[in-house]
Amino acid sequence: MAEVQIMTGNTAAATAAKLCQVQVVSAYPITPQTSVTETLSQFIESGELKAEYVRVESEHSAMTVCISASTVGARVFTSTSSHGLLYMHEQLHWAAGSRLPIVMCCVNRGVGAPWSIFNDQQDSISQRDTGWIQFYCRDNQEIIDTVIQAYRIAEEVYAPVMVCYDGFVLSHTMMPVCIPDAEMVASFLPPYKPHTILSPDNPYNINPVLFPGMRKNSAGILCDGYMEMRYKLQEALEKARDVIIATGIKYSKLTGRDYSEMLWRYKTDDAEVILTGMGSIATEATVAVDQLRQKGIKAGVIGVRVFRPFPRIAVQQALKNAQAIIVLEKAISYGFEGALCSDIKAALYGTGINPPLHNFIAGLGGRDVKAREISEAVQASLTEMKNKNAQNKTIWINCRK
Amino acid sequence: MPENLFKINKEEYMLPGNRSCQGCGLSLSYRYALKALRENTILTLPACCLTVLHGLYPTTSVTIPCLNCTFASTAASAAGLVAGLNATGKTDTTVVAFAGDGGTFDMGIQALSGAAERGTDFIFVCYDNEGYMNTGTQRSSATPMGAITTTTPILTKEQHKKDMLKIMEAHDIAYIATTSPAYPIDLYDKFVKAKRIKGTRYMQICVPCPPGWGYPPRDTVKIARLAIETGVFVLFEMENGKFRFTGRSKSLAEKGNRLPLINYIERQDRFKKISEEQLSLLQKFTDNKWNEYLKKAEG
Repeated sequence: MAEVQIMTGNTAAATAAKLCQVQVVSAYPITPQTSVTETLSQFIESGELKAEYVRVESEHSAMTVCISASTVGARVFTSTSSHGLLYMHEQLHWAAGSRLPIVMCCVNRGVGAPWSIFNDQQDSISQRDTGWIQFYCRDNQEIIDTVIQAYRIAEEVYAPVMVCYDGFVLSHTMMPVCIPDAEMVASFLPPYKPHTILSPDNPYNINPVLFPGMRKNSAGILCDGYMEMRYKLQEALEKARDVIIATGIKYSKLTGRDYSEMLWRYKTDDAEVILTGMGSIATEATVAVDQLRQKGIKAGVIGVRVFRPFPRIAVQQALKNAQAIIVLEKAISYGFEGALCSDIKAALYGTGINPPLHNFIAGLGGRDVKAREISEAVQASLTEMKNKNAQNKTIWINCRK
Repeated sequence: MPENLFKINKEEYMLPGNRSCQGCGLSLSYRYALKALRENTILTLPACCLTVLHGLYPTTSVTIPCLNCTFASTAASAAGLVAGLNATGKTDTTVVAFAGDGGTFDMGIQALSGAAERGTDFIFVCYDNEGYMNTGTQRSSATPMGAITTTTPILTKEQHKKDMLKIMEAHDIAYIATTSPAYPIDLYDKFVKAKRIKGTRYMQICVPCPPGWGYPPRDTVKIARLAIETGVFVLFEMENGKFRFTGRSKSLAEKGNRLPLINYIERQDRFKKISEEQLSLLQKFTDNKWNEYLKKAEG
């Protein structure tokens, strides 16, 4: 039977990996992810989880171990944060290019210089184009549920999945979490079948050099070139939308918790002002929405659960009645605006949905952002949006300018 | 030990048509290494000359399964193969990493040190051609003093070669061996032995490189032999910390008849700008290393 325990986000992540019966874990400690690696060490050394734990000397090696172990057919898990993720960058591309169903938790943290150990999402947002599926969790329950779903999705589309959640805000905060029953997870998650068996019985040279054109193999068959392989990765991520939804529906039926969409909604039925964001800042926005509603402003929240593949159609439908949009982000693409903001605008292009839109950059390096501050900034934006020249701008919240 | 070349494994794992350069020292060594390692082996290799040798997708001249990895990650890639094979119950496969000196001495050293410290059950092979040869002969930390490379084109390399073998020795690993394509039986024996031993095994092959070192392709074996004869490269093995000379180096140690370094230097264009002072420093460096080995052999 599923039981409810009070636990941190990091314990939820490690517990999910255990429930998924991962066979190889390789990770390197970094704040605020560290206790994921510690909890998994406990599970493995105590015999609760039968898995190989490779205590590597760096994150680059952690992802490498995951790549190789996954290639020979093991279900793998790792987790990291911030500079650890950036140090893996090369291997993130390699994992996706190799079409390996690796699942990794990214405990979101700011990126130096200067050093910050505190939360924002610059780390994972800056890995957007590596070919990984990216989820953002709003609470600890979502962490455990998303990791379990992530394996099923990854192993169906053969693409790696990054499950992102906010450092400290979720990673170190205790919340009640309903832990799925081990038998339920086992029935939900079929065993991992690698796409290629790397074995001496059937030799392959995996990931060799390719020239720009296509070449014939020894049987005279014209094989994919580099570009075809890239197209297939893109196709896999596009197809992943359907798999994510189907997996979410199946999981919802088993648990009673709703994961049937790539977005989640809060008081959006009659909403004229939509606040949107990813992770805990979207959760914070629900409190801001309650405050706005007390002032007579019909506001609601659209939380974006999946950033890649981007839920284009879902975003269009969710925003079609919005008279104003606020995109809250804990990251920025320097020299322009938040990446989520750009993507939302791109999704709306040509649809005729064109309300004023303000992009709030907030909470970088863990700068506190209270619901009251969000609701005040929204009210200021709504006034400003009446001016035709101020309908599309980026505003830094809680920042001396 | 096979007494001659006809007694070694007749199976070929490197088929005709590989893409290495003419006279490639790696190509010669690799053939015998694979014969010794045999079928039940999985290889991992970074971007290096060996990647080129293996050929362009979708064809390959090598019949042993292999996984290409990124430059810095070779030893970690092997560690992942070992972990994955253990986790899936395939414990009888030998995992072998093959990297050049760039992927070992330089960019690969962190992952290698980590894997060795953890006692990862694998063979790491460094084929040392003393420079970044795959990108066209740039300086590496394995390049000897006085050598011209495309990144030391005028002044030549001003520092000595890094002693990677000593670094690996400091990791207290199960087995260390050096080999040369000029002595294929010695090479074969050491790979056979390495395959039998458990734990981290480190092998370093001195592979002359005709375009990078500047000598005619037909002279690869001659150059490889001169490296041994002059003591610039020494054939030995260390099993659980116990050192012993092997093959030609053993008789050189016994008879004390090493050739002067100039015999080796003068045949390679890369040394054409070496100064008198550098040559004498290089000779002294080689002598000091040789004397260290003699002491080790005494125990």
